[in-house]
Amino acid sequence: MENLIALLVVAPLLGAAVLLCGGRRLDAVGHWIGTVLAAASFVIGAILFADMLGKGAEEREMTQHLFSWVPVEGFQADVAFQLDQLSMTFVLLISGVGSLIHVYSIGYMEHDERRRRFFGYLNLFLAAMLLLVLADNYLLLYVGWEGVGLASYLLIGFWQHKPSAATAAKKAFLVNRVGDMGLSIAIMLMFAWFGTFAFGPVLEATGETSEGKLTAIGLMLLLAACGKSAQVPLQSWLGDAMEGPTPVSALIHAATMVTAGVYLIVRSGAIFNGAPDAQLAVTVVGAVTLLFGAIVGCAKDDIKKALAGSTMSQIGYMILAAGLGPIGYVFAIMHLVTHGFFKAGLFLGAGSVMHGMNDEVDMRKYGGLRKYMPVTFVTFGLGYLAIIGFPGLSGFFSKDKIIEAAFAKGGTEGWILGGVALLGAAITAYYMTRVMLMTFFGEERWRHAPTPSPAEPSVEPAAETHGEHAEPHPHESPSSMTIPMIVLAFGSVFAGAFFGIGDRFIHWLEPVTGHAHGHPPVSALTVTLSTVAVMVIGVGLAYAQYGRRPVPVVAPRGSLLTRAARRDLLQDDFNHVVLVRGGEHLTRSLVYVDHTLVDGVVNGTAASMGGLSGRLRRLQNGFARSYAVSMFGGAAVLIAATLLMRAV
Amino acid sequence: MNPVNYLYLAALLFTIGASGVLIRRNAIVVFMCVELMLNACNLALVAFSRMHGNLDGQIIAFFTMVVAAAEVVVGLAIIVSLFRSRHSASVDDASLMKL
Amino acid sequence: MSFPLLTATAALPALGAIATAAVPAARRTAAKWLALLVSLATLGLAVAVLVRFDPDYVGPKGNFYQLTESHSWIADFGVRYELGVDGIGVALIALTALLIPFVILAGWHDADPLETRSSRWRPTQGFFALILAVEAMVILSFEATDVFLFYIFFEAMLIPMYFLIGGFGDRAHKDGEEVASTQRSYAAVKFLLYNLAGGLIMLAAVIGFYVVAGHFSLQTIAEDGLPDMATSTERWLFLGFFFAFAVKAPLWPLHTWLPNAMGEATAPVAVLITAVVDKVGTFAMLRFCLQLFPEASKWATPVILVLALISIIYGALLAVGQRDIKRLVAYASISHFGFIIMGIFAMTSQGQSGATLYMVNHGISTAALMLVAGFLISRRGSRLIADYGGVQKVAPVLAGTFLIGSLATLSLPGLAPFVSEFLVLVGTFTRYPVIGIIATFGIVLAALYTLVLYQRTMTGPVKPEVSAMPDLRVRELVVVTPLIALLIFLGVFPKPLTDIVNPAVKQTMSDVQKKDPQPEVEAAK
Repeated sequence: MENLIALLVVAPLLGAAVLLCGGRRLDAVGHWIGTVLAAASFVIGAILFADMLGKGAEEREMTQHLFSWVPVEGFQADVAFQLDQLSMTFVLLISGVGSLIHVYSIGYMEHDERRRRFFGYLNLFLAAMLLLVLADNYLLLYVGWEGVGLASYLLIGFWQHKPSAATAAKKAFLVNRVGDMGLSIAIMLMFAWFGTFAFGPVLEATGETSEGKLTAIGLMLLLAACGKSAQVPLQSWLGDAMEGPTPVSALIHAATMVTAGVYLIVRSGAIFNGAPDAQLAVTVVGAVTLLFGAIVGCAKDDIKKALAGSTMSQIGYMILAAGLGPIGYVFAIMHLVTHGFFKAGLFLGAGSVMHGMNDEVDMRKYGGLRKYMPVTFVTFGLGYLAIIGFPGLSGFFSKDKIIEAAFAKGGTEGWILGGVALLGAAITAYYMTRVMLMTFFGEERWRHAPTPSPAEPSVEPAAETHGEHAEPHPHESPSSMTIPMIVLAFGSVFAGAFFGIGDRFIHWLEPVTGHAHGHPPVSALTVTLSTVAVMVIGVGLAYAQYGRRPVPVVAPRGSLLTRAARRDLLQDDFNHVVLVRGGEHLTRSLVYVDHTLVDGVVNGTAASMGGLSGRLRRLQNGFARSYAVSMFGGAAVLIAATLLMRAV
Repeated sequence: MNPVNYLYLAALLFTIGASGVLIRRNAIVVFMCVELMLNACNLALVAFSRMHGNLDGQIIAFFTMVVAAAEVVVGLAIIVSLFRSRHSASVDDASLMKL
Repeated sequence: MSFPLLTATAALPALGAIATAAVPAARRTAAKWLALLVSLATLGLAVAVLVRFDPDYVGPKGNFYQLTESHSWIADFGVRYELGVDGIGVALIALTALLIPFVILAGWHDADPLETRSSRWRPTQGFFALILAVEAMVILSFEATDVFLFYIFFEAMLIPMYFLIGGFGDRAHKDGEEVASTQRSYAAVKFLLYNLAGGLIMLAAVIGFYVVAGHFSLQTIAEDGLPDMATSTERWLFLGFFFAFAVKAPLWPLHTWLPNAMGEATAPVAVLITAVVDKVGTFAMLRFCLQLFPEASKWATPVILVLALISIIYGALLAVGQRDIKRLVAYASISHFGFIIMGIFAMTSQGQSGATLYMVNHGISTAALMLVAGFLISRRGSRLIADYGGVQKVAPVLAGTFLIGSLATLSLPGLAPFVSEFLVLVGTFTRYPVIGIIATFGIVLAALYTLVLYQRTMTGPVKPEVSAMPDLRVRELVVVTPLIALLIFLGVFPKPLTDIVNPAVKQTMSDVQKKDPQPEVEAAK
């Protein structure tokens, strides 16, 4: 059984290699190759899962050692896999949602001449992501970590002819690199202090290490998680990443890659358990992002960017839970899985809407679409109910547990974190209701779509629009697109209940992450009731604003906060002024310095040598006899000196 | 006869040759003066050889003669081609390293 | 007396150079094929060296050099014709022999004569002969175990390089006619002056070493140990050697010749400079600075590490500010050489293994990136980044290979440079944490300059000037594909290389009498 683990990674990797090197002759079948190999990965995962279920809880971990990767004196990095319950959860999520999105993309990318390449990149992503969660040491995890970054770069920039897409791709990669720096420093710290960076030995060694060191490692891991999971302060790339095709946003920037940070923190649980300061930092980052993403999500008119803000905020919940320690790890992962279902479903729904609306992304030009796209409406609606935590659906179970755990942290921190999480739940209900109402209800604003409004700079004038001036004809998407949406909607509805009732998920993950029952200062029932209450408030507010009044097609100017939120709370402006401008000035002045100063010193020496030799040149007049005179003179001086020396 | 006298003679010949090289302009004369200096050296070498009673000086003198012969060949060829190109055999006319 | 394999490996390209130069003017193509065949045969010999090389060899009396050859040459000064290799030398010989065929293939048309010249004009023959001559000298300097012999080849390779830089450049087009670049001779002279200055100072140190030691032989030193030197003498001699190598490597602030030389030379020659010739500098730091002057090396380490760190950051920042593709790659190389030097002087096993791997990997990755850039430039006739845009749309294969080259330059995990860069960083970090952390910023900057380059040239709307650009031709694919395959292979499975390098690094570490810092937790157990 162990030998199958490598196949999980190899299957999609093979697909990527074949599709990217295969050339045009594979254009006709490329998407099928990609989909079959992704599905193969899922099937292997399912077989391993069945095998794992057959064993006792403590014997479920499997390892496979492939070969020694970098054997250098004192430094041992192996290509070795480790499949335990935590990895298994991710494997099923990644390959399952991944396969569905492959199927969806067959329809979505049908008219794109580079569809084969798209599937190649998707397969590459799957391979890298599976490598990330299967690695048994941090260095191999780092390979997957950067690998998913590369795949994300390629896919965000898939429509490279759009400068905005190319810029967004570059930005995503760069911001991620800053996070990667944190990961590599963390690995270096581990190596310096523990002499290894394999999960087992490192996590064992944490018991013998001082808290300060664990805090340092923990903070570096947090930096890495911030980059990959779009947490404050490295969150700026996620909104721009929506330039990529929608299936990419669903798979990479909602369901899987952006949750890698949560995986990293939960996987390194032993380190964080020993470093309360680092844990506090994690919870603060989670809480801040949770609000940040939610506020941004409220202001965006671009449906994908609104969902991106929501993703940020939901991952904030997970990071918050992961920062709570053993009382939160399980719930972080549980929310991650349910979020994987409903957020992927929501994005696919958004893609389906765009598909029917000539790739229009501005929600102000939607409205009343429920009649034209019934399947999309129902699946999107179920995802919506799940994300706002409607009782009985997935999001309700997982989010409620996180809020409960946040209160259970205890003390003032517990109250603050719990309060923030509750507030976040209200805002989530608000912005998701807004999206829902603007898209599927109300009057049909697309009928007389005016030219794109100049007041909203974040909305691209849809360069890939086929017929920009033609009035859209909303229609339901083909079944290759709707079936994955239906499957995901099932997950959104039932996964939470399946995991939550009877604590199934806790028992499943407990051997890996450990679990402690928190004791919130208020009863669990109170927390649940207040969660439902704030949700109702959020929905009600949104309905009052967007359901009862008509939505203006051109965005109103809005309050100061709204305008700031539209610009991602000015994060980009800050980056632009401080980093981009500052960097430009720095490099320009350095180029100048290099040319004038460093080079100048050398050239100055050369020039002075030139002047000196110009003078010396006069001696070389070319007359043979004057040379002869100097020769004889020199010889005479030499002889005289010799004689003199001998005399003395 | 006292071998030192040969050394005096050699010094005299060398001085004559050297002043000829420095003073005269005609390339042929300069050339012959160089030869004179070489032969003065030869004379001195042979004289020393005799004085010290070994053959090293004479051997070197033979070498010098061979080199001088080779030099004559090359040098005369250069002078001839110089004269052909600028119709003068003055060394001062050939102050540039080109024809 | 066994077959002198090392001599043969160097003699073959040397003879090939003479033969290529002698090909008549009209038979240009024959000269090209001859040069290619000679370089391939040299590669074969280099493989033979690799096969004969035994990583775990321990010679008599501790002489760890293998495949040795030793003949008296200038007996009066103790100069001997002495060759021998250790793991580091073998790896670099293999790299050199590997890259030259690609350089020749990539430069296939770079030196075709202009129609207007007379029929006796033979630039093609000269170009390929000079490349082979450089190869011979570089290989010999990797093989020489006699300090003076090394010095001769170290200096002699400047001559063919000077002509390669000054004599052949990109063909700039203006008004339909070819114009020569005026900057080219400036670049060539600058290259020569910098390296000569370094070389002359080294010559003084070489002579000084002879005065102290009485011989030049590294093998004798390996057997009998180092001669006794006063501390100050050792430091002065070390500085003399190091200066020359730092110019060649190039280390900040002696780097300014490289952007000029790489910018003006044709892409294959630029690869020759940065991937092959410059490696002699870093190689010599390992072999001569550390082995001959271990105490002085340790004494100078802090300063050198800071200079290397400045190189890393400074090179990367300047690369961001460049407008010229080739100069950008040149500054990126300066940054990478900073990493190599940092790894050498961190004095840890990981750092030095990493530095050696880095030399090989940087050679391959820069070759891939620079050669593809050269193909791009030859299509448009301009080196300016701003003249390109949207190439991806018209020439996807070219863009794809360029992207892989860029990713290798930014050390993406899975490609070969990552392994070496990470080893260097880890090796530095365990001894000098602050320097290690600052150097890590280099990886962010590397992502910045490579991706900016890729974005500006390859993506966006198609510029009209590039709209008719053809994709890679078969010859060009033959050049690029093996390099990329090698990058991936060595990134996933670098064990063959590390097996060769590790024992040599162990030897160096014991020569400088340094031990790796021990991890604290294990030490506590």
